[in-house]
Amino acid sequence: MVKQESESANRPDNTAFTQQRLPAWQPILSAGIVIPGFVLIGLAFIGIGVALLVTSRSIQVLELDYTGDSNGSPCSSCSQSDIANCKCSLNFTLTTLFQGPVFFYYGLSNYFQNYRRYGASKDDNQLYGDLSSFTSPSSSCSPYNYDSSKKPIVPCGSIANSMFNDTFTLTRTVSGTTNNVTLDGKGIAWWTDYNIKYRNPSVTPLKNAFNGTVKPINWAKPAYELDASDRSNNGFVNQDFLVWMRRAALPNFRKLYRRIDASGDYQKGLPAGNYTIDITYNYPVRAFNGAKKIVFSNVSWMGGSNEFLGIAYLVIGSLCVVMSVVMLIVYAKFKFPDEE
Amino acid sequence: MTHLVCCVSAEEERRVRANDREYNEKFQYASNCIMTSKYNIITFLPVNLFEQFQEVANTYFLFLLILQLIPQISSLSWFTTIVPLALVLSITAVKDATDDYFRHKSDNQVNNRQSQVLIRGSLQNEKWMNVRVGDIIKLENNQFVAADLLLLSSTEPHGLCYIETAELDGETNMKVRQSVSVTSELGDPNNLASFDGEVVCEPPNNKLDRFSGTLYWREKKYSLTNQNMLLRGCVLRNTEACYGLVIFAGPDTKLMQNSGRTKFKRTSIDRLMNTLVLWIFGFLVCMGMILAVGNAGWEKEVGSLFQSYLAWDTPVNNFLFSAFLSFWSYVIILNTVVPISLYVSVEVIRLGHSYFINWDQQMFCSQCNTAAEARTTTLNEELGQVEYIFSDKTGTLTQNIMTFNKCSINGQSYGKDTHNTCRLDFSLFNPLADPDFCFYDDKLLESVKVGDSCTHEFFRLLSLCHTVMSEEKSEGELVYKAQSPDEGALVTAARNFGFVFRSRTPGTITTTEMGRTVTYSLLAILDFNNIRKRMSVIVRNPEGRIRLYCKGADTVLLERLHPCNQEVMSITSDHLNEYAADGLRTLALAYRDLSEDEWEAWSESHRFADKATDCREDRLAAAYEEVEQNMMLLGATAIEDKLQEGVPETIAVLSLANIKIWVLTGDKQETAVNIGYSCKMLTDDMTEVFIISGHTVQSVRQELRRARERMIELSRGSGGGVGKQLHGSPLPPPLPLSNLMDNISGEFALVINGHSLAHALEADMEAEFVSTACACKAVICCRVTPLQKAQVVELIKKRKKAVTLAIGDGANDISMIKSAHIGVGISGQEGIQAVLASDYSFSQFRFLQRLLLVHGRWSYLRMCRFLCYFFYKNFAFTMVHFWFGFFCGFSAQTVYDQYFITLFNIVYTSLPVLAMGIFDQDVPDHRSLEYPKLYEPGQLNLLFNKREFFICIAQGIYTSVVLFFVPYAVLSNATQSNGVPLADYQTFAVTTATALVIVVSVQIVLDTGFWTVFNHVFVWGSLGSYFIIMFALHSQTLFRIFPNQFHFVGSAQSTLLQPVVWLTIALATAICIVPVLAFRFLKLDLKPQLSDTVRYTQLVRQKRRKPPEGRLGARGGSRRSGYAFAHQEGFGELITSGKNMRLSSLALASFASRHSSSWIDTLRRKKHTHTPPSTSGESTYRLMT
Repeated sequence: MVKQESESANRPDNTAFTQQRLPAWQPILSAGIVIPGFVLIGLAFIGIGVALLVTSRSIQVLELDYTGDSNGSPCSSCSQSDIANCKCSLNFTLTTLFQGPVFFYYGLSNYFQNYRRYGASKDDNQLYGDLSSFTSPSSSCSPYNYDSSKKPIVPCGSIANSMFNDTFTLTRTVSGTTNNVTLDGKGIAWWTDYNIKYRNPSVTPLKNAFNGTVKPINWAKPAYELDASDRSNNGFVNQDFLVWMRRAALPNFRKLYRRIDASGDYQKGLPAGNYTIDITYNYPVRAFNGAKKIVFSNVSWMGGSNEFLGIAYLVIGSLCVVMSVVMLIVYAKFKFPDEE
Repeated sequence: MTHLVCCVSAEEERRVRANDREYNEKFQYASNCIMTSKYNIITFLPVNLFEQFQEVANTYFLFLLILQLIPQISSLSWFTTIVPLALVLSITAVKDATDDYFRHKSDNQVNNRQSQVLIRGSLQNEKWMNVRVGDIIKLENNQFVAADLLLLSSTEPHGLCYIETAELDGETNMKVRQSVSVTSELGDPNNLASFDGEVVCEPPNNKLDRFSGTLYWREKKYSLTNQNMLLRGCVLRNTEACYGLVIFAGPDTKLMQNSGRTKFKRTSIDRLMNTLVLWIFGFLVCMGMILAVGNAGWEKEVGSLFQSYLAWDTPVNNFLFSAFLSFWSYVIILNTVVPISLYVSVEVIRLGHSYFINWDQQMFCSQCNTAAEARTTTLNEELGQVEYIFSDKTGTLTQNIMTFNKCSINGQSYGKDTHNTCRLDFSLFNPLADPDFCFYDDKLLESVKVGDSCTHEFFRLLSLCHTVMSEEKSEGELVYKAQSPDEGALVTAARNFGFVFRSRTPGTITTTEMGRTVTYSLLAILDFNNIRKRMSVIVRNPEGRIRLYCKGADTVLLERLHPCNQEVMSITSDHLNEYAADGLRTLALAYRDLSEDEWEAWSESHRFADKATDCREDRLAAAYEEVEQNMMLLGATAIEDKLQEGVPETIAVLSLANIKIWVLTGDKQETAVNIGYSCKMLTDDMTEVFIISGHTVQSVRQELRRARERMIELSRGSGGGVGKQLHGSPLPPPLPLSNLMDNISGEFALVINGHSLAHALEADMEAEFVSTACACKAVICCRVTPLQKAQVVELIKKRKKAVTLAIGDGANDISMIKSAHIGVGISGQEGIQAVLASDYSFSQFRFLQRLLLVHGRWSYLRMCRFLCYFFYKNFAFTMVHFWFGFFCGFSAQTVYDQYFITLFNIVYTSLPVLAMGIFDQDVPDHRSLEYPKLYEPGQLNLLFNKREFFICIAQGIYTSVVLFFVPYAVLSNATQSNGVPLADYQTFAVTTATALVIVVSVQIVLDTGFWTVFNHVFVWGSLGSYFIIMFALHSQTLFRIFPNQFHFVGSAQSTLLQPVVWLTIALATAICIVPVLAFRFLKLDLKPQLSDTVRYTQLVRQKRRKPPEGRLGARGGSRRSGYAFAHQEGFGELITSGKNMRLSSLALASFASRHSSSWIDTLRRKKHTHTPPSTSGESTYRLMT
């Protein structure tokens, strides 16, 4: 008996796990799965590609550059002068209805919001409304944390300091009369940014929270006076500010400026006609060969225009189908010796 | 420890005075306390960390960590490095701590053993660790020797004592030690207490068989040798008690000096991995340089102009310095190409494989109750790459059990071949019989019973002519202690046939002959040696007749017979040839009657020779020769050196797997060749067996050359008529030797003797030797010393660059076990030394095939797949940053969230690949035993080499390109359906990261070939965990607590709700995976590997087994047979194509079927229930399994 016991003590357990006999699914790339799979994927991709392409084609996009590089262009005078609030205007004509809802973007090129130091140059606590960070901004904001007289800058850092400050108004000329197209600036930022990530300090009036701080060097107005028309749209929850603070991933980007307010004549979008954009030109970009533009666009279920996606799907889909044919031929010629 | 080392190094000779602690303390000799542990509670943390940071990888990561603390450089938060680093360090620390804990425990146990020390004239119990140099201690029977002692006296006469040295050198036979005569007279403690001799001897060393010293006592000098020493680790046997003087204690003892730190073995994959890691470092530096140059250019061309929005840092303020910082920043973010988790993961996988080896029931030996053990956990995948096996013979191939199998008495042969006849029962005939003895021929017993005088004389000889010691614990319970197992077997045979050796004194031998006790007086023992190859005794029986009994090798003995034996001799010779052909070890037996005068005369000359001071050996030999003449032949014995179970089959399978097996044995040439035949290494249909036994350099060289010439000639002859033309040329072309030798097609074997090997291993001949030996199918080296064994292994390692495995069981195999890439110890009878030095141990040679072909193969496969995937994954992950660098001003901006970077390698993607590395199987275990050719990819290093590595990283880089540029192209102009652009950094980061996780998960899904429940859980769990963790990290709750840390609040939600994002991910996945899938499918179709084919047929068969059998009816059999026929055709060629596949197909078939017999049985049973069994059906199953 004793011997029996000691024997079973040394004998390894006879379980599927220890004996490496666990039940297992052993897939193999057999022709019966791979070839039909390729055909299916190919067809699905072609289908999606067609749908995407059709949708994308139906989207209208209007891009207008207003950098003022060349001398004849409308804003060339402004681009060459350093005058604040330089005015210039841009005319365009729509021959057909620009289907609504229409979005109004401004775009910047060769602009590196994705530079590491640029991206890190902000103080999240400050932007979250933490008053202690108002008086001592994080060193990550350097060199935009204190001004020359050692006063803290709020909001600090490169991102805030470099906030885009051109403004636009859109007018439509109908039979000689000019009327303003209402632009809607509400809800153009991310919901989480507006509601969670950025907060004004809970001080009323807001101005008092900024006592002892200075506005960013490049700013014309302090943060609490960004929007004179809407008191709630000030401070860190100003929509334009939020849009700017959400940094772009790539050097050429566009950001949402306004939506065309779908009311009155503009219920269906921008009707055909002549339009003028009056630009308050403040933001210099020519120093670094940047470019500025205005974009009007509408959207579909899949967002804005996106030719690439549709074409890519079509290409991949067709390649899959072609591959499946190739594989079928190869398979027919060199099939497994045991295949019946 | 340090003072000890300096002390030892300074010590030139050791002076020890007995019973004088004060005197001995002057020298500060080490105490008897041993410490094998490395740490204690206080030193653990610093020492362990210090040790760990000696690893290059760890230091590298520490360096990265320091870089990350510099704000200008830090492109990643410090925790991205410290979390994995801390994880890795703590896992290793825990492992080290556990190991050390067990060492502490065993140290304590040893140090606290009790021993009796003579202090101030009385014996006192002391712990081992308190024993000092110069103490006199008392040892009792069966006690372990506590330190290296000088034997002073013993209870046995002449100061003799017996020890067993199994723990020291692995030999289980007893050895005799004798004290110096002056001290042996001291006897009891009272005298010993006054003993004040002083020993001057050599300093501590590790030579187990040598000791030189001098004892100074009472103005006299006595020289001391190893014969006077009892070494720590020995056990006192058959001796009531003895006293010894402690010469070396604790760490100075020969045992401890020998247990040096074993050389750390690394696998070839390890080395390759280290090279690759270095290359990757180089690659990393190159990437860093490129990006730094880019940064310099960017800062100069763009950044300087962009300063109005992004001012240069005051300390930077220069594009060159910025580039310099950018280089380090990129080193930080690109460091994930060399992930810290690589080494840990590799260790974890190896550990898993080791456990599978330990757990394998099919490597468990129920007789010895030992399971296989992977003692080293770091070598597993190398088991899949072995090309040469060096095997010991005794105890490894053979059981080292000798059985008395046959005998020839007076021209009559006894003993049957078949074991079908029932075993003889001796217990009725002889109460003293050994119950374990087996014999199958009752004619011999009859002949004993009827009192045939020759038969009686035959067994009388066996009971008298030997050097066996007997121990009779209680009446009739005899235990024989024999120097060689052959002798034991012979004496046991005599015992069972009624001639029982009972006891011996120096002058007498007492036996019980057919129940009657007889005491012979032993006049002389003419001992055995290698030249004489025989031994004799001269005894006087109670009646006073003097007779010489002699047993020895037939070659020497038959020459010394009386001429009248002619007839018997010729018959016996025939019998001897028969026995030898069966692989039995034979001895011839003879006697000679001596008259009183003859005896007197010879005895005189013997005494004279014995006393001679010069050439004593030769004179003795001559004296022996004189008397061993004119003998009467009694007969011959045949002893079977029992092979271990399954040895021939294992050797056959291993050689089918293209593994070359060399037998290295200390045994004689004849025995070795015998065993070679019986385990089918040598066969009769071999083209030629070359025997190299030259004693001089020239003769060995000549023999080797002749062998080569012969091989070339024969293989040409068989290859075609070419040989004929060159036959006339006197010398073979000397230069293209190696080329020629590689293409030898015949079946050759080489047997080389130890003394020839010594010449062959010399620098100028080793090349010749290797090329000759490697052209042979079997190589047997006999009479080799342990050192030569190691040299042979080293030679093959050096010359052939092949993975070697050494397997052995004895202390003499340790050197080869240690020097081979993989050492395997057989945990058998011969002590545990070999096992302790080995990397793997099990109790049966036949488990080797499972260890290599199943575990080794799987380990190799898994490790290779793991490494391929791991490098792929990390390149795909990291290189995205590189591409992004071109679009972000080379600013070392990461593409992903830093938490993602921290967790990617340790959470999101670690477990699926670990599961694959641990559980993957391409073909089931019994298939890899059936198709040994499946082992070949490992030997050729096909599954992971530099080429495969480049393919992997190319695939990784391709994936990274796709993962960056597809989102780039799609997202740059895309917007959400509410018009908000998608091209913001966080959306881009989340999209790319999600695409990456999905792509690498799909890739692991493709790579995993064996989906156990763990794989499912890990793959789907990791993917799930990615989403869960991401949503958690991007949640409002975490942000509210740490607004500074979680910038990505809301990104996951906002991004993953966009259909465009999912379309992007799907597109990226398709672009990454579709080409891989197509490539794999085409490769499988156009160039299937053997494993693919086996796997395929296996799966097809599984599918076919499923359809309801009842409906198939009689047709089932024929259909299967049709399939099986095709299958056999497909594989028959594979098996026979290999050069080494010389094993007769019959043997293989029977072997294969034997292994899977249980499976066949179940199928047969099934078949019985459903369809009438048909012969064709049955044979089909056999072929299919």
